[in-house]
Amino acid sequence: MNHIAIKMLMGDRGKYLGIVMGLTFASLIMTQQPAIFLGLMSRSYSFISDVGLPDIWVMDEKVQFVDDIKPLQDTELYRVRGISGVEWAMPMYKGLLKARLADGTFQTCNVVGLDDATLIGGPPVMLEGSIEDLRRSDGIIVDIDGARDKLGKPTPGGERIPLKIGDSVELNDHRAIVVGIAKVTRTFQSQPVVYTTYSRAKNYAPKERKLLSFVLVKAKPGQDLAELTRRIRATTGLAAYTGEAFKTLTYEYFMHNTGIPINFGISVLLGFIVGAAIAGQTFYNSTLENLRQFGVLKAMGTSNWVLLRMILLQAVLVGTIGYGLGVGLTALFGYSMRNSILAFKFPWQLLMFSGAGVSLICIFAALLSIIKVIRLEPAIVFKG
Amino acid sequence: MNPSPLAVRCQNVVKIYDTGDQKVTALNGVNLEIAMGELMMLVGPSGCGKTTLISVIAGILDQDDGYCEVFGEDLLNMSNQHKLNFRARNIGFVFQAFNLLPALNAAENVSVPLIINGMKRSDAERKAVAVLEQVGLGARVTALPSELSGGQQQRVAIARALIHSPRLIVCDEPTSSLDHETGHNVMTLLKEVALHKDRALVIVTHDARIFDFADRIAEMDDGHIVGVKGAGLKAKG
Repeated sequence: MNHIAIKMLMGDRGKYLGIVMGLTFASLIMTQQPAIFLGLMSRSYSFISDVGLPDIWVMDEKVQFVDDIKPLQDTELYRVRGISGVEWAMPMYKGLLKARLADGTFQTCNVVGLDDATLIGGPPVMLEGSIEDLRRSDGIIVDIDGARDKLGKPTPGGERIPLKIGDSVELNDHRAIVVGIAKVTRTFQSQPVVYTTYSRAKNYAPKERKLLSFVLVKAKPGQDLAELTRRIRATTGLAAYTGEAFKTLTYEYFMHNTGIPINFGISVLLGFIVGAAIAGQTFYNSTLENLRQFGVLKAMGTSNWVLLRMILLQAVLVGTIGYGLGVGLTALFGYSMRNSILAFKFPWQLLMFSGAGVSLICIFAALLSIIKVIRLEPAIVFKG
Repeated sequence: MNPSPLAVRCQNVVKIYDTGDQKVTALNGVNLEIAMGELMMLVGPSGCGKTTLISVIAGILDQDDGYCEVFGEDLLNMSNQHKLNFRARNIGFVFQAFNLLPALNAAENVSVPLIINGMKRSDAERKAVAVLEQVGLGARVTALPSELSGGQQQRVAIARALIHSPRLIVCDEPTSSLDHETGHNVMTLLKEVALHKDRALVIVTHDARIFDFADRIAEMDDGHIVGVKGAGLKAKG
């Protein structure tokens, strides 16, 4: 009876396409919007991901997320180094500084100061130059997106000439020379990222008593990280997180303190409701219009169980096609936007999420139809 | 000579439709017997209970009271599954509005009863082609219902009613959607192809032009059989 179910479904092309389009729309919205949401959220902790080497981040206990800098005294570095189980501990400066561009305008940059000796915490991928070039006088490394766009040299025509090695910018009235171009993961604010040494960063930064943003810690081999973080907290009174815990802290801050989850959640919910309404109603209407046909099958001896299987097959078929199209369109969208500023992250869990959403819509639509068909009196076939 | 065995025996069959605020008695003590090999017509004014009676006889509607036996089996006391199997094997349907599945071609439509009975689709469609040839539609086996005339659609419906060799065929106004000539041809076909000694036909009709095809005509009114006339006799009205 399966081929009969499929032919009944596809017999009315308009309705069939309506159901598929409804499910495609629902699947697209339920996949694309969360993908953008996840992309944005992952950007909130992208800096932590990029600094892959340290096991533990030490910071002021009031820090709520990675960009919430509450500076420490430099002496904290030495206190951390003295704790047992610490292989090494390095300073890191992170702060927002203004760069003066060639046309006199200013651009806020995320300046990262790395330990002068080891340069630990540097950019994950160097495109031009090398990280050691930071040891050259006034050297800075600029991320490629910032170099091309916000830090680029403006022309009278409005276009920007990308910064290149050898170009200079002013950071807080201090001359800085580009010695390398790096690829970094975009941050939440999408500001240009400028790497330099810790001592030079302190020079660029406004004079303050405290300038140390983080202490990056590597644990000794075999050291239990949870135990070491507890020991650092107990000894210094500072906050200490593993990389993953610091990402979670940052992620949860954005989840609880911004309207982003609510906004995207509403979009996803609307996609679900509209998709369910279009697909569900069209599927149900299609069943209603085929009711006499189901009645004929019932009169001729088809059981409710077989009719139920036929409707489920129809629902699974349109669900699979609609879901596939929606997910495919989302993937296409993500691929076409891969080099743009748009945040987009498409993990396999998202496929499960939207798959569950589309399945719910199909179950809802099929259930309405199944109830109608099961209650159908076969004697309807003799009504005019 | 022994009388023909009975295909249908109804005794004091009562059916009442409860529409919520009122009760409508559609069958009010119907007594009827139909023999194997017989073409019985049910006639009478609209609302007299004809369609309800063939629904009960075909096992798609349960009576509220009385007894209805088809091929010796009491339909009312059958389990649902047994009744489904009984219908699938023993009953063929021909409808006024043909009720072909519009998305299936003629051969696929005709093969449906065999598929319901568990036959493989390819075998069922092969047999359907043979039956369509029998009803004169061998050249239109791949045509959709929308591509067929009313008479051709009714031939497809007759082929569908016959393909699984049921012992009872119930027809509801099989000619009322057709012109005189086509209706006459359809009835000729039904009588030639469908009727034989191991099968009975029950036809509900208003169409006085086809009364001559009946072996007997049962006239209904107000939920009763008010008279049964013999072969070749034209019923009133």
